[in-house]
Amino acid sequence: MEKIPILRMGRFLLVTIQVDLHDRLAMQLQEDLTNAITKYNARGVLIDISSLEMVDSFIGRMLANIAGMSRILDAQTVVVGMQPAVAITLVELGMSLPGVRMALNVERGMQLLQQSLASSEGALLDENHQ
Amino acid sequence: MKIISSETYPLRSEIDIVNLRQATRSACNLCKFSLVDQTKLVTAASELARNTVVYGGGGSARLEQISEGIRTGVRLIFEDQGPGISDIERAMGDGYTSGKGLGLGLGGSRRLVNEFDIQSAPGKGTTVTIARWK
Repeated sequence: MEKIPILRMGRFLLVTIQVDLHDRLAMQLQEDLTNAITKYNARGVLIDISSLEMVDSFIGRMLANIAGMSRILDAQTVVVGMQPAVAITLVELGMSLPGVRMALNVERGMQLLQQSLASSEGALLDENHQ
Repeated sequence: MKIISSETYPLRSEIDIVNLRQATRSACNLCKFSLVDQTKLVTAASELARNTVVYGGGGSARLEQISEGIRTGVRLIFEDQGPGISDIERAMGDGYTSGKGLGLGLGGSRRLVNEFDIQSAPGKGTTVTIARWK
């Protein structure tokens, strides 16, 4: 069966979507990612959608779901690489994806994840000091 | 208005949605749509194709290249024999949903195209026609 690979890099998970997503594949990814977060104790998820030529409301909802689920599992999600034409279309469709962190490219996305990991661990340290 | 080419695609499963997206993309390319216009029409086609599969119980889509005077465009006609829509006005509004979606399908697709028409009645199925000109 087709599957979207999930790569592990330290405490982060990386996903690059390179196929035309059909609905079941999108649902499968949602499930696989939440499982991987708990299995690897991941603190961040980076989803690269630079190859996606279209994001409709179904795929948009999947991205929002992943962000929501991972937040509950104490991991941050960043979606990177959205094509400009896709962004224009999504907003006109009525989906501005609130609650999903976006970054221009993989590099900026990784920075965001590292910063949020550092600040949450910093907060933990402060708490222990008190 | 002239119909330059016309092809019908079945819409029974989610794989059919992907196929229709790809066919719509090629039609847009033939018509030399800009990338933004192409993305908008493909996205609208995807939304409406999903409506046909999920809410209409399956149906078909006719994909046409059209021309009128010097302008050319792409038109899609979605047809199903499903339960139909009783209150079209309400169904077109953002946020209205009969089930699993976000309720952006119909209203959202209308914003992505130049022409939009919907014919539906309870028990009579639904026909949605969209077109985008170059």
